[in-house]
Amino acid sequence: MSYIIIILLLGIVFGFLMQKSDALAKINTSLLNVAIYGMLLLLGIGAGSNEKVIQNLDHIGSQAITITIGAIAGSIAMCWLLSKLIFKAK
Amino acid sequence: MRSQILMPVFFLIGLTLGLSGKLSSYTPPAEWTTYALYAMILLSGISIGIDKKSWEVFKNLNLKVLLVPVAIIIGSLGGAALTSFVLPSLKLREILAVGAGLGYYSLSSIVISELHGEALALVALLSNLSREIITIVLAPVMVTYFGKLSAIASGGATSMDTTLPVIIKFTGKDYAVISVVSGVILTIVVPFVVTFILTIGA
Repeated sequence: MSYIIIILLLGIVFGFLMQKSDALAKINTSLLNVAIYGMLLLLGIGAGSNEKVIQNLDHIGSQAITITIGAIAGSIAMCWLLSKLIFKAK
Repeated sequence: MRSQILMPVFFLIGLTLGLSGKLSSYTPPAEWTTYALYAMILLSGISIGIDKKSWEVFKNLNLKVLLVPVAIIIGSLGGAALTSFVLPSLKLREILAVGAGLGYYSLSSIVISELHGEALALVALLSNLSREIITIVLAPVMVTYFGKLSAIASGGATSMDTTLPVIIKFTGKDYAVISVVSGVILTIVVPFVVTFILTIGA
């Protein structure tokens, strides 16, 4: 759990120190993409072979959309408030 | 841009493989995915640290602009929390973790699958992917009715890359800077907030 945060911070510090290396930046982007593809593939396999998940797919989809609508509406409302209060001039 | 299209494709290939049942006898050891996740988190951290753009953002930070990502986080979590009234089968913590993805579907769903489970990871994937798609499709409508910041708000963590073109198109170049700054900050914040929500007091 907190490993995630520690490892992330280590990565950020290391990346910051290596900022001059464009080669590393390139390699890192490719590696990261491959890692994400692999993890998403595993996540897909895990979800696809999990009967509970597949049987509830419509349910999962509607939950996802509901949360998205809530999150988008909430963030738009807060930014609208912000623009009324702070960015009045514009 | 190509990678943005490939990500859902890989997930769908995995889903199809899983559904086909051919892999039912094969389950990778749980530690593998954990180590793969750690490797991915490390690479994500390096990509944030090594990106000169993100540090430029912090150098020229204007306090007013900083309030935009703050408002987006508060609004997204608050708005997501409200949906718990119509989603009784999910715990508030689960809904908040999904909402905290802020459109960054790849990382948030992977972190959630590790910390919480596949079902919620799938909710996070679909929810955050749809946040990106809704932003791209509805940005002009949002800007017309709710002001220019609304498209940036809706884009969340994606306002620095995948939704940036559509945001620039409908809000103008002035807002491009706000969009990038907000997206960079939110992208950095997402893994921290998602982990925090799922681990605190759990």
